Amino acid sequence: MRLLEVRDMIGRLAGLLMGIVEAPINALEGFMGRKRMPYLFLAPNLLLFGIFTFLPIAIAAGYAFTGGTELFVSDRPFVGFDNFRQLLACEDYLRPGSCRESLFWTAIWNTLWFVAFNVTATLLAALVTALILNRAIAARGFFRAIFFYPVLLSPVVIGLIWKWFLDRNGLLNAFLQILGVPPEIFLLDVGWSRFFVVVVSVWFHMGFYTLILLAGLQAIPKDLYEAAAIDAASPRRTLLRITLPLLGPNLLVVLILLMIRSVQIFDEAWVLTNGGGPGTANSFIVQYIYQMAFGSDLRLFGLASAASVLMGLVLLVLTLIQLRLGRKMES
Amino acid sequence: MSHGFNPIGFLTRTRRPGRIEITDILSWLWLIAGTLAVLVPVVWAGLSSFKPAAEITRFPPTLLPRTAVETSVQGYEKPLSLWTVTIDGKTREMAMVRRIGLKAQMVDPQSPEAPVSVDVRAMSPVQKLTAATENYTDPLTRFDFLTFLKNSVFVTFVATLLTLIVNAMAAFALSKYRFRGKNAIFVLIISTLMIPLTVVMVPAYLVVVGVGLVDSLWGIIIPTVASPTAVFLLRQYMLTIPDELIEAARVDAASEFRIFWRIILPLTAPALAVLAIFSVLWRWNDFLWPLIVLSSRENFTLQVGLNAFQGEFSVQWHYILAMTFLSLLPVTAVFLFLQKYITTGIAGTGMK
Amino acid sequence: MGNLKLTNISKSFGALTVLHDINLSIDDGKFVVFVGPSGCGKSTLLRIIAGLEDITTGEIEISGRDVVHLSPAERKIAMVFQSYALYPHMSVRKNLAFGLENLRFKRDEIEVRINEAARMLAIEPYLDRKPRQLSGGQRQRVAIGRAIVRNPDIFLFDEPLSNLDAALRVQTRAEITKLHRDIKTTMIYVTHDQVEAMTMADQIVVLNSGRIEQVGTPLELFERPKNLFVAGFLGSPRMNMLKATVIGMHDDGMTLDMGYGTTWTTGIEPDTSMIGKAVLAGVRPAHFSVSEQDGLPFVVQYYESLGTETYVYGTLEGQSDQIIIHQAGHFSPAPGSRLKITPLPDRLHVFDPETGLAIPRKAKQRDEAHAFA
Ligand SMILES: Nc1ncnc2c1ncn2[C@@H]1O[C@H](COP(=O)(O)OP(=O)(O)OP(=O)(O)O)[C@@H](O)[C@H]1O
Ligand SMILES: [Mg+2]
Repeated sequence: MRLLEVRDMIGRLAGLLMGIVEAPINALEGFMGRKRMPYLFLAPNLLLFGIFTFLPIAIAAGYAFTGGTELFVSDRPFVGFDNFRQLLACEDYLRPGSCRESLFWTAIWNTLWFVAFNVTATLLAALVTALILNRAIAARGFFRAIFFYPVLLSPVVIGLIWKWFLDRNGLLNAFLQILGVPPEIFLLDVGWSRFFVVVVSVWFHMGFYTLILLAGLQAIPKDLYEAAAIDAASPRRTLLRITLPLLGPNLLVVLILLMIRSVQIFDEAWVLTNGGGPGTANSFIVQYIYQMAFGSDLRLFGLASAASVLMGLVLLVLTLIQLRLGRKMES
Repeated sequence: MSHGFNPIGFLTRTRRPGRIEITDILSWLWLIAGTLAVLVPVVWAGLSSFKPAAEITRFPPTLLPRTAVETSVQGYEKPLSLWTVTIDGKTREMAMVRRIGLKAQMVDPQSPEAPVSVDVRAMSPVQKLTAATENYTDPLTRFDFLTFLKNSVFVTFVATLLTLIVNAMAAFALSKYRFRGKNAIFVLIISTLMIPLTVVMVPAYLVVVGVGLVDSLWGIIIPTVASPTAVFLLRQYMLTIPDELIEAARVDAASEFRIFWRIILPLTAPALAVLAIFSVLWRWNDFLWPLIVLSSRENFTLQVGLNAFQGEFSVQWHYILAMTFLSLLPVTAVFLFLQKYITTGIAGTGMK
Repeated sequence: MGNLKLTNISKSFGALTVLHDINLSIDDGKFVVFVGPSGCGKSTLLRIIAGLEDITTGEIEISGRDVVHLSPAERKIAMVFQSYALYPHMSVRKNLAFGLENLRFKRDEIEVRINEAARMLAIEPYLDRKPRQLSGGQRQRVAIGRAIVRNPDIFLFDEPLSNLDAALRVQTRAEITKLHRDIKTTMIYVTHDQVEAMTMADQIVVLNSGRIEQVGTPLELFERPKNLFVAGFLGSPRMNMLKATVIGMHDDGMTLDMGYGTTWTTGIEPDTSMIGKAVLAGVRPAHFSVSEQDGLPFVVQYYESLGTETYVYGTLEGQSDQIIIHQAGHFSPAPGSRLKITPLPDRLHVFDPETGLAIPRKAKQRDEAHAFA
C-alpha cells in the first residue's frame, strides 16, 4: 500500500511538473498551429546536432589546413597542405625513424599490427564461441552472459584490472612461480606488452561480436540442418558447406565493424600501458592525435586534425564497404 | 510440459543424445577456460581490493585478503605481530619484538620476560581473514573520490534523461507526422552514425570551448545528448504504434505535446528502457571525451579521476583497486538484473 | 444541434484524387450510413468530417458553423475507430476520462459522465481493467463509451463492427441502433457491409470511386436505384441483369422483347425515342415467379436450400450469364431441369447500358408494403 502511495505521489508530482511545461508549449501550439509542431519537436535535437555534430564536421577540414597554436579557426594562419606534407614526409615509410613525424609513423605501424592481430584473434574467438553456444548445450544463457559481461565494463576499469593481474606481484606471476618460471614485468617488455594489449582487447570486445554472430547463426533455418542430416553430411561438412557460407555475410559485417573499431583503439590501451609505453611500443593513432592536440602545451591542432582527416578517410572507406555489404545482405 | 525437469539430462545434454563426442569435450573445455579467463582477473581485482596496504604487494600473494594478527604484550607499548615459530622441533606462537637481518627477537606472549632469538626462516606469520574497508573509505573521504562519484552520477543521470526526452521528441516527429523536409532530416541525422568521435574530436573541442562549456560537466552532457542511434531506435519502435491512437487522442482534444507525453511516451517504454540502460552504461564508462573536456580535478568523472589517480599514486594499488571495484559495481548490478534485456537489445539493434 | 453540410468537397493525395466534388447535407438526429466498395473513399470522407484530414477544396459546416479550420476537438464530434484505438496503457476509466480531462472538465462531472456511459453500455464491471483484458465486444463498447462521454454533436463510426464475429456483429448492430434511438444524436457510420447499411440507416449514401452515386432511405435505394452500380451493390444476392430490347410504348409503360418469343410489359415511363434500343432489365432474385408454362426458359444448374428459402442458380437457355432466383420454402429442382420464369411486373428495373442510368418508373406505381420479399 505504501508503495502505491509513493507511486501515486510521484505520478502527481510528474503531472504537476508537466503541467508547468505543458502550458507554454500548448500556447506555442495555438500560435504556430498543429502542422508546425513536428518542427518544434525536432528543434532541440537538430539544434544540438547542428552545434555539436555538424559544426565540428564542417570545421574539421578548416583545422587541417591551418597552422599555429590558436584555438579558433579564424585566428589561425592558412598553411595549405603543410600539415599533410609534414605528416607524410618520409624517406622510408617502413622505418618510422626516418620520417619527419616519426611518432605518427610509429603510431601507424603499431596500429596496423594491432588491427591485424586483434581482428584475427577476436574474429576467431567470437566465431568459435558462437558456434559452440549455438549448439544445444546446457547453460547456454549463462555462458553467453559470462562472455558478454566485459563488454559492459569501462575501458579504464579493464585497463586497471589487467594491469593488476599482470603486475610484478600479480596473479599471473604467482601462477608462473608455481610452474617455476621467473617473474616478469610484462608491461615493461615491448613484446609482452603488445601481446597483452591484444589479449585485453579480445577479452573486452569478444562477447559483443559473439552475440552478433550467434544471432546470425540462429537465423539459419533449422530445416537446412535436418536436410543435411538426412543427406548424411558429416558435422565438418555441415559446418563448411552450410553454416559458414550462410553465416558469411554476418562474418563480413563483423570483420568490417571490428576493423573500424580496432583502428580507433585508445582507452584501454592508454590505461593499461601508461600512455603507450614502454617507450612508444603501444602508441596508436588516436593517441597520437590526442597527444598532439591535448597531451602537451604545444596544442598542435593543425597536425592533429590532419592526422584525423587521414584516419577519417580510412574509416570512411571501411564504412562504405560496410554499407555496401549491408545493402547486399538485405537483397 | 509432459515430463519434469531432469537435471542430469540437462547438464549432459550433447549434440546427439547418448553419445559424447570429442567436439563436446572440446566445447566444454573452451567454455570453461573462457569463463575462467573472464572471471579470474575481475575476481582477483575484487579480492585484492580488500587487502590491507601492507599485504597487497606480498609475493607470492595470498588469494583471500588476510592480515597479520597482533597482540598486546605486557611490557611493550605497541601491539606485536604473532608468528608461528619452530624451536627445537616444537611449534609455538610467539610475538616478534624486532628483526635484525636473518634473526628475529621473539617473546612468548604469556611469559614476556625472556626474549629469544629465532631464525626468520623457521617462522611464518599468523594471519586472519580481513576486509580492509579503509581502502574504500579513505579515497572517498581523504581524496576526491566522492566528488568524482557525484560527478559521474550527475552526468549519467542528467545525460540519460535528456537523451531520452530530446531523442524521443525527434523520433516522434519523424515517425508520426508528414511534413516538408522530413526525409532529408532523417537521412541527415542517420548519416552522422558513421562519424566517430575520434575523427572530429579537435573541432568538437573547439565548439565546446566556443560555447563556454569547457571544463564543465555540462560540456560532456550536452554534446552527447542528440544521438542518431537513439533517434533511429525510437523511431523504428514508434512506427509500430498505430496512427489511429494518435487520431483518437486528437479527437479527444489532446494537444500535440499531450499526445507525445501521455500516449507516445508510455507506449514507447520498452524501447526507452533499452535506450536508458545503454545510455547509463555509456555515460558511466565514457573516458576519452571527458578526458579532453575536463581539466580541473573537482570536475573529474570517476573514470577520468581513476586514471589520474593511478598516475599519481601508482604504488597505492589497494586504493586504486578499491575505486576500480567501486566503479565496476553499478555496471555489474545493471548486468545481473538486466542481462536478458541487454543481450537481446544488442542482438536486435547491433548497438553498443 | 448536429446537422452537417458538405459543399463541393474534393480531396487529393498528391496527384491522386480520391474524392470528387462531394455535396451532402445531413439533418440533425439522423443515422446516416456511408457505404461503398473498398477504397472508394468512405474513410477519407469521414476523416475529413472529423478534421483528421485536410480538404483540397470545399466547405464543411457542422451545426451551422464553418469548421474547415477547426481542429477535431473543436468540431464537437466524437469518433469510433475500426481498431477501436483504445489507449492500451490506460484503464477503461482513464480511456473514457482522457478526452474530458483534456477539455478541463471538473472531476465530479467526469465521474458522472463516465458512470452514466458505463451504465448505458453495461461496461461498469470493466472500468478498472486495461483494454487488453477485454474481449473484442467489450472493447468495442468502451470505444463507443469514449465517444458518448464527450456528448458530441455528431458521432462518427468507421467500420466499428468489422473486427467482431458474426453473432456479435448482429447483436452490436442492434445495440448501436438502440443507442441512436435513445440519445438521438446525429450519427455517421461507415461500412462496406450492405446489411448493416440497410438495417441501421435512416439515410444511406452510396459512394463509388470518390463520388456519391445516390443518397436516400434504404427503401428508396432498394426500390429505385438510380443506376447500375447502386442496383448491383445493394441487395444480396445481387440483381439479375437480362438483355432486352424496347419494342413498344403504351399508357402503362414500355414493352420489352426478352427473346425466346417473350415480351414483358413494365411500369416504366414511356419514351417513344427509345423504341428499338437495347436495354438491361433488372430483376432481383426474389422478384421472379416460377411456373411450368409461361416465361423465359431457365436451365437449373444447382440450388442452395436453407430450409425456409431456396436459391436456384442457372442460366437462360443457350446463354452463359448466371441468373439467381429466390423461392420461399424448400424447393428442389433437379439440375438440368427447365423452369419458366417471369418477373413481378412492378418490380422490374430498366437501365440504359450506355449511361448506366435507370429509366425512371412511373410515379403512381409505389407500394412499399411488400418491398422486402
Ligand atoms: N494517406 C494516404 N495517402 C495516399 N492515398 C491514400 C491515403 N489514404 C487513403 N488513400 C487512398 O484513398 C483512397 C480511399 O481510401 P479510403 O481509406 O477512404 O477507402 P475506404 O472506402 O475507407 O476503403 P475500406 O473500405 O477498404 O476501408 C484509396 O485509394 C487509398 O489508397
Ligand atoms: Mg476505410
